[in-house]
Amino acid sequence: MTLSNIVVLVKYVPDATGDRKFEADNTVDRVGVDGLLSELDEYAVEQALQIKEKRADEEITVTALTVGPAEAEAAVRKALQMGADKAVHVQDDAIAGSDAVATSLVLAKAIEKIGVPELVVGGLASTDGGLSVVPAMLAERLGLPQVTLAAVVETQGDQVRIKRDGDTATEVVGGTLPLVLSVTDQSGEARYPSFKGIMAAKKKPLDTFSLADLGVDASEVGLGAAWTTVENVTARPPRTAGEIVKDEDGSGATALVDFLASKKFI
Amino acid sequence: MSEVLVLVDHVDGAVRKPTYELLAIAKRIGSPSAVFIGGADKSAAVADAVKAYGADKVYVVDDAEIKGYLVAPKAEVLQQLAEKASPAAILIPASAEGKEIAGRLAIKLSSGLITDAVDVQVNGDDIVTTQSVFAGNFTVDAKVVKGTPIIAVKPNAAAPEEGAGAGAVEEFAASISDAAKTAQIVASQPRQATGRPELTEAAIVVSGGRGTGGDFTAVEGLADALGAAVGASRAAVDSGWKPHTFQVGQTGKVVSPQLYVANGISGAIQHRAGMQTSKTIVAVNKDEEAPIFELVDFGVVGDLHSVLPAATAEIEKRKG
Ligand SMILES: Cc1cc2nc3c(=O)[nH]c(=O)nc-3n(C[C@H](O)[C@H](O)[C@H](O)COP(=O)(O)OP(=O)(O)OC[C@H]3O[C@@H](n4cnc5c(N)ncnc54)[C@H](O)[C@@H]3O)c2cc1C
Ligand SMILES: Nc1ncnc2c1ncn2[C@@H]1O[C@H](COP(=O)(O)O)[C@@H](O)[C@H]1O
Repeated sequence: MTLSNIVVLVKYVPDATGDRKFEADNTVDRVGVDGLLSELDEYAVEQALQIKEKRADEEITVTALTVGPAEAEAAVRKALQMGADKAVHVQDDAIAGSDAVATSLVLAKAIEKIGVPELVVGGLASTDGGLSVVPAMLAERLGLPQVTLAAVVETQGDQVRIKRDGDTATEVVGGTLPLVLSVTDQSGEARYPSFKGIMAAKKKPLDTFSLADLGVDASEVGLGAAWTTVENVTARPPRTAGEIVKDEDGSGATALVDFLASKKFI
Repeated sequence: MSEVLVLVDHVDGAVRKPTYELLAIAKRIGSPSAVFIGGADKSAAVADAVKAYGADKVYVVDDAEIKGYLVAPKAEVLQQLAEKASPAAILIPASAEGKEIAGRLAIKLSSGLITDAVDVQVNGDDIVTTQSVFAGNFTVDAKVVKGTPIIAVKPNAAAPEEGAGAGAVEEFAASISDAAKTAQIVASQPRQATGRPELTEAAIVVSGGRGTGGDFTAVEGLADALGAAVGASRAAVDSGWKPHTFQVGQTGKVVSPQLYVANGISGAIQHRAGMQTSKTIVAVNKDEEAPIFELVDFGVVGDLHSVLPAATAEIEKRKG
């Protein structure tokens, strides 16, 4: 099988260094805060581009796909600047508040509309709600195998081999295209957009689809359709200021051990 | 009483502790049914182990045909069991693999999924889960409102409870599609045993960062004196001083021990994301301005290479 299409999943997330909040309806506030392409999805874009570059004799199109509010266009724009060829942004007010189940549905329908590629690449997790489940759900919906959490990715012909650090072992996992791949931040630094890349991105195609374009009924997505509901959100009480001592001639060690003993750790 | 399916977390038949925690949670909801997908020759020992922690039923699914085929076949097994048993809930360990099984299963069963629960309680007819989100800055209570609740539970969410269940063993022959057998583990190198507790399960974690300068002797010495697991910051992992499995943080392990000791770690937001729900936090850092000190219950401004060995010696002395 030749590789002709790669879809890379990129999410627009609130900036982790900013003040992340919840709305009154217990959904993540995605509008009132600064957002950006999820850092962890930059690694997915990078791997997609590297695969394209390594297989220069094949005509490979890399399409960046995002599902999110109007501002989420920034996420696919960044991917285009990094070197993706095309972008698709699914935007519809009805999508707001969707859970991973609904997000995976919209992603699957968008991918079917674009044309199911040989390779879908996602990130390790959203840096906001971060469940690390969307790639698996998407694979299930598309009827594809998944090869996830890759620290090292290699492809050859229709074979994909990854290395990953599992919970109990380091594994090499193999799969045959078509499949869904996800990569971690161990997979290699993501490139910065070059000036040339930024200029070129302005001319690259960017399609925006609504739910109607994808044939998804608004009742299947959004907060109202979620299969789970949040009952309560509580901010963690601020930590009370602890005791800080300066080590002088070994006094720090004794004070530390006294503290540990007072808490019954010794 | 309805069954509650608990997927057994094991390595070649050696049951891992989170399984017992899940069984304790399952008892709050209904009658625990452990699901063991593994080697037939290990099933008797596994059945004994989970029975001792309250399993009323043990479904044994021989994995001869599906071993090495990642998560898709396991999701099919659980789907078929769920259709047969109509459980009140399905509990899965929130490991990387567990969450992916849960994700696929949720789509198959058209059921809601909650991942990374740190607590699960029954409130009237509702199963209410607690999750910690945004780097531990918020706690969220949630419940599943569609289908069979599928809950991926983090380690340490409950204490294992000894107490024998009925432990009836039932072999279950699942039919696995060819499509589920397409991605495969082709090589596996088991993690070398460190003789220390598992990072995510440990009651105490002692971590080292760039400030160790690559020498973890002092960190490991203190860890051993306290019976703790060893962790690392990403800077220490990226420098090649520790493998990635030691990494604590947003893209490593999220730990929530009774005590977390950060040594030579500045306290970047991505590191905090992996440790700030720890009950007690201690830091040793030579920079009094290090952000980690904003989190601590107790902090020492000093050089870890002198403070830690001295503290270790003092602990050994007091232990006698
Ligand atoms: C996408 C992404 C994901 C990330 N995920 C993670 C993650 O999962 N986990 C993680 O940890 N980081 C993560 N990071 C990296 C994070 O931003 C920080 O760079 C990292 O945590 C810094 O590690 P450190 O504290 O060991 O090093 P530094 O920030 O360099 O801090 C070293 C500290 O050691 C102190 N020190 C030096 N010498 C001594 C001494 N002799 N005795 C005592 N103290 C000393 C210094 O004062 C300093 O405070 C991530 C970053 C990104 C972009
Ligand atoms: N709304 C979205 N749009 C595009 N990709 C997404 C979206 N949500 C999740 N993803 C992809 O799925 C990965 C895992 O997401 P999650 O399961 O939410 O942690 C992310 O790193 C993205 O690659």
